Amino acid sequence: MSLLVDIQKRLGDFRLNVQLEAGEQTLALLGASGCGKSVTLCCIAGILRPDSGHIEVNGRTLFDSKRRINLPPQQRKTGLLFQNYALFPHMTVYENLRCGAKKSPLARQRMDQVLHSFHLQDLKNHYPHQLSGGQQQRVALGRLLLSDPDILLLDEPFSALDSHLRFEMEGELRQLLHSFPGTALLVSHDRDEVFRLADTLAVMDGGTVDICGPKEQVFSRPGTLSAARLTGCKNLSPLKKLDETHLIATAWNLPLATDEPIGDAVYVGIFMHDVIPGTGENAFSLSVKEVVENPFSYTVVLQSGLGMEVDKPTWARLGSNDIQVCLPREKLLLLR
Amino acid sequence: MDIFPLLNSIRIALISTAVIFFLGIWAAYCIAKLPPILKGVLDVILTLPLVLPPTVVGYLLLRVLGPRRLVGAWALSAFGLRLTMTWWSAIFATAVIIFPLMYRTARGAFESFDETLAWSAKSLGLSNSFIFWRIRIPCCKQGLMAGAVLSFARALGEYGATSMIAGYTPGRTATISTTVYQLWRTNDDALAFRWVLVNLAISFVVLLAVNLLESRERDQKEARRVAAR
Repeated sequence: MSLLVDIQKRLGDFRLNVQLEAGEQTLALLGASGCGKSVTLCCIAGILRPDSGHIEVNGRTLFDSKRRINLPPQQRKTGLLFQNYALFPHMTVYENLRCGAKKSPLARQRMDQVLHSFHLQDLKNHYPHQLSGGQQQRVALGRLLLSDPDILLLDEPFSALDSHLRFEMEGELRQLLHSFPGTALLVSHDRDEVFRLADTLAVMDGGTVDICGPKEQVFSRPGTLSAARLTGCKNLSPLKKLDETHLIATAWNLPLATDEPIGDAVYVGIFMHDVIPGTGENAFSLSVKEVVENPFSYTVVLQSGLGMEVDKPTWARLGSNDIQVCLPREKLLLLR
Repeated sequence: MDIFPLLNSIRIALISTAVIFFLGIWAAYCIAKLPPILKGVLDVILTLPLVLPPTVVGYLLLRVLGPRRLVGAWALSAFGLRLTMTWWSAIFATAVIIFPLMYRTARGAFESFDETLAWSAKSLGLSNSFIFWRIRIPCCKQGLMAGAVLSFARALGEYGATSMIAGYTPGRTATISTTVYQLWRTNDDALAFRWVLVNLAISFVVLLAVNLLESRERDQKEARRVAAR
């Protein structure tokens, strides 16, 4: 394992208790603001000191409360990218890069390489405030890589960018992550961004990791209410259990049959795109409350708040007051 | 017109400003890292000379530096040095009076510093002294300069504590402010007025410099904020 985190920290009323493991891949921390994802990043980088626990990168212990190890940030080799990129405002692009480069005979050459690969040659004498958001991010990433980090820590890397730039920079970052040999930890609250960039996904809520696994698995089986919300599931209802495979979704007032045993689940959910027109099991005739037009689909709000997403040709075929919809049993999410 | 008071005032103000510039920055930097209660107490003590009447500061200084007092007696017996009634005695007075000005402006400048810059510098492996001298100080440069200029202006105008600890000896300890008082007392109105004009001119230039520095800092911050969007 190239990243091993097991830390506890109290900040006022907030308790952080995080366990994470990651190999040489991109791990994303997905969570709403205030869930502790940025605090976790700061603990790994050594900006905040956990109360107790253990942090290890590539077999090197960065922090261990029992063995009284607490490396200063300078020795951790954790490449930390801040939301605002934290470029030094009084230094030019070149001087900023030089701050990341180690003093070595090869430093000059490597800096020229970075200037070239991040398309910064023409900007090397510019100051950060003369650059666009995307260029600032490139400088920050270049500076980071010059410092030879063992791990990349990216804190909401696109939050300061306009949406058209976001797509472009995301592509560049995806390439960088592919070529980076170590672990990258990406903090975000954007599920699409996370799905496109990461391999593994950890959903955080209230200072703890709710669920951690391959991204496809987390998206198809979120497991908890907060994870379902963060992965974008908008149809959520408390459930009343009838027997192991039958329940009543109390918010929608619908009786449903499930594939999986209900166990101790307290919520049932289904993605909007999984609610389909159809008949048979788990199918109901529901009245349409509201229709919202999106660029390429319709969001249809049905009786008691259940929503579905239908592409335009399909909706043109349906279009009536009452429609037959089906909630396929294998698509139902049972949530704790 | 004997220009000794002008030169004396300027050398006293320059030396005390130079000393307090570093002392104030150092105090502001250290105190920011202390626990809140200690910080509050020290902050009050260090700011006290700003609100005390200068005569009270002068009195307290004499209690310490006077030839029969603790530090004064020691300096006299150890080095044969009288700490009061020389031209440089006034440096003690002006330094104490201007310290809070420098300390508070430096603290304000440091508080508006974006701490993520220091954090990212640390994780790039840059040393703490590099971060302080090459990142923190340059980023706060304008605020610190404004503090220094303001301190200089105040040091130039110091009267109360200076007159108590350095007195008024023409050609030896006289400063602009003590000279104006002395000339007015001896009914030399015309000369007193000339010195008043000199003082006004200097203060005007200095405050203009402070305003320029502050507005330049504001403009730069604004530019950075707009650019960050």
